[in-house]
Amino acid sequence: MRVLLSGNEAVARGCYEHGVQVATAYPGTPSTEILENVVEYKDDIYCQWSPNEKVAFEVAMGSSFGGVRTIVAMKHVGLNVAADPLMTSSSVGGDGGFVIITADDPGMHSSQNEQDNRYYAKFAKIPLVEPSDSQEVKDYLGTAFEISEQFGTPVLFRLSTRISHAKSPVELGERTEVPRKEYVKDASRRVVIPAHARRLHVSVEDRLEKIRDFAESSPLNRVEEGDPKVGVISSGISYQYARDAFPDATFLKLGLSFPFPVKLATEFCRRFETVYVVEENEPFIEDHLKIAGITNIVGHDRVPMCGELNQQIVRESITGERLDVDRPKTAPRPPVLCPGCPHRSTFFTLHRLGIGSTSDIGCYTLGVMPPLEGIDTCICMGASIGNALGLEKAIGREFAGKMVAVIGDSTFVHSGMTGLADVAYNRGATTVIVLDNSTTAMTGHQQHPGTGRTLMGEETTTLDYVKLAHAVGVKDARRVDAYDMDAVKEAIKQATASDEPTLLVMEGPCALLDRRTWGPALVVDSEECVACGLCLTLGCPALSKDEDGKATINPLFCVGELCSMCAQVCPKKCIAVPDKKDS
Amino acid sequence: MAGKVTNVFIAGVGGQGILLASEILSDLALANGLDVKKSEVHGMAQRGGSVVSHVRFGEKVHSPVITEAEADLLVSFEKMEALRWVSYVKPGGKIIVNTQEIVPSGMEEYPKDVAKELTRRAPDALMIDALKLAREAGHVRAVNTVILGAFSTYLDFAIEEWKKVITERVPPKTVDINLKAFDLGRAAAE
Repeated sequence: MRVLLSGNEAVARGCYEHGVQVATAYPGTPSTEILENVVEYKDDIYCQWSPNEKVAFEVAMGSSFGGVRTIVAMKHVGLNVAADPLMTSSSVGGDGGFVIITADDPGMHSSQNEQDNRYYAKFAKIPLVEPSDSQEVKDYLGTAFEISEQFGTPVLFRLSTRISHAKSPVELGERTEVPRKEYVKDASRRVVIPAHARRLHVSVEDRLEKIRDFAESSPLNRVEEGDPKVGVISSGISYQYARDAFPDATFLKLGLSFPFPVKLATEFCRRFETVYVVEENEPFIEDHLKIAGITNIVGHDRVPMCGELNQQIVRESITGERLDVDRPKTAPRPPVLCPGCPHRSTFFTLHRLGIGSTSDIGCYTLGVMPPLEGIDTCICMGASIGNALGLEKAIGREFAGKMVAVIGDSTFVHSGMTGLADVAYNRGATTVIVLDNSTTAMTGHQQHPGTGRTLMGEETTTLDYVKLAHAVGVKDARRVDAYDMDAVKEAIKQATASDEPTLLVMEGPCALLDRRTWGPALVVDSEECVACGLCLTLGCPALSKDEDGKATINPLFCVGELCSMCAQVCPKKCIAVPDKKDS
Repeated sequence: MAGKVTNVFIAGVGGQGILLASEILSDLALANGLDVKKSEVHGMAQRGGSVVSHVRFGEKVHSPVITEAEADLLVSFEKMEALRWVSYVKPGGKIIVNTQEIVPSGMEEYPKDVAKELTRRAPDALMIDALKLAREAGHVRAVNTVILGAFSTYLDFAIEEWKKVITERVPPKTVDINLKAFDLGRAAAE
């Protein structure tokens, strides 16, 4: 049967068909839907969200030691978090096939950088597999497991946004069971004391050359004959763009691009006067060609290094012929905090009190947009707390009253807990605000250790932020109703005035979690409204101005009484639920 | 050399039901034995941002995205979003615009020159009030099926096949409303 699957759905299907038994991940765009689809096969595959990518990696590694086919999936920056186990897993190798899935985000649709994770394969000295559409995702995943098992190595499987989130046809197959290998203690390989690690390094170098020989003739690296005068080398999604840009060219398409098949590439380049190397972001292939002494190539001297490619950019940059397009100017329409978002009260209050925030990765990063403009820094998962403490140590203790750390619940569990311990341990006065919307919202509502439910739907323990704060030594820790504007204001005022560290848990479930909680839209009594504009500074998409400058509420967007933040801040009290307005 | 590929560029604002519309179109192309690629970016779709979905189908499709001057059809669920992507339409390509105006978040009122500029650049665009037709069909959420109905008139798939895929894709309770919305959209375009 032929169905349309996204690249992420194809990974899940591939896991099913290729006999995977364990799959782990921490959610992150564009990788999230991999595990969300693996769970559809939970009768055959155990799967879990871990608190972060490092733990997810270590669990997956343990399952590979346990002799079953295993994947761990993450977004590109997630692999930075998991880089420590990654580097050593290379020398330890796998037992059951072990595939690490990285979903890169060229163009930074939903990320803080556009790092090219192909370099991690080179850095960790493990093979790199790069599919270019959903069918290849599913098929190459099987090859990746075979390579892993044949050579005793983890394999890096690289997707990017336009692979993960593009749908294309996939032919479905049956599941092949892969029996578990018996676990046998082998300390000489799995205990990396220096005496063992020195020997393991030698075997990694040896392994790399064997896989290079394999890559030279692997069907994943193929020549597609075309115009004998035009040669193109590409991989992954860039291959698809180049195919559209130069439909008649001869292609060397690389699907197993590290260890780099030097002989194959050298022979290919000899056939042409000039070979075009098309790759998004970094010159990974290009550098390998240059190291091999190949000089008749055109690559990043023409193809841009920054941002996503597409067929137009590839065609124009290589030929130099630009399309003459009259581009309209339109106002940007950036994403913002949703109507009814519980995070809005915190940023509105910080803004009004003139307090800044070091922030973190999640929906609440949108608090940087006007009119809330409540964020000073946002770096990586968990950075908010360390950044706030560092500012305080540099500028002085009183600065803790001017700058709070703001972090989401899932991000706090991911890598904020250690930061909180640092604040207590190093005697900071930092106020840490956990915006607890009871879910991992930005990536589309995943469970985490604070929600009381697992990926596979089981009930489980719920992490208690207040008890955790007490345990690490933050004595003042409390919960605040995020929808109560006065309570939020009072809590932030007290916490920032205090000389002790404080943890505030702003509780309010994501408004998108359960639409049944939505009521009829609030309405503005335009007779009473004095057009002061205070409600508009909440930055709610449901609120705008009418011709007289008075507030008006878009009934399609407003979530109703559940939120009511605009009604609470209105000095004339002229915003209310329709039927309650007169009482 | 790839055969002819049809490019349908669907634009709008997060939460308008753009992704369902592109799912239905892609399913239809696949059911007709064609190669299909459909691409959009997740993560921001419900947060009021500008959202696009690229649908490409034909004998063989390589890139999953549509670039400037490539779209055979631009379908926009919102007026300003139509203007934003108008340069993606190829010469002779068609444009369908839902006349709804959604004030971009961060702005207090709708930019004034959008309608004029859109008329100047796309004088032949088909303008439909899908919100009104959706209400007529029975529910404001049927805006996307009204628009599907309108652009179905520009594509070669049989009307029964459209209706079959819509019936499979929408919530069972809303089938009648959606089929009515589809017919109203078609009528508005013809």
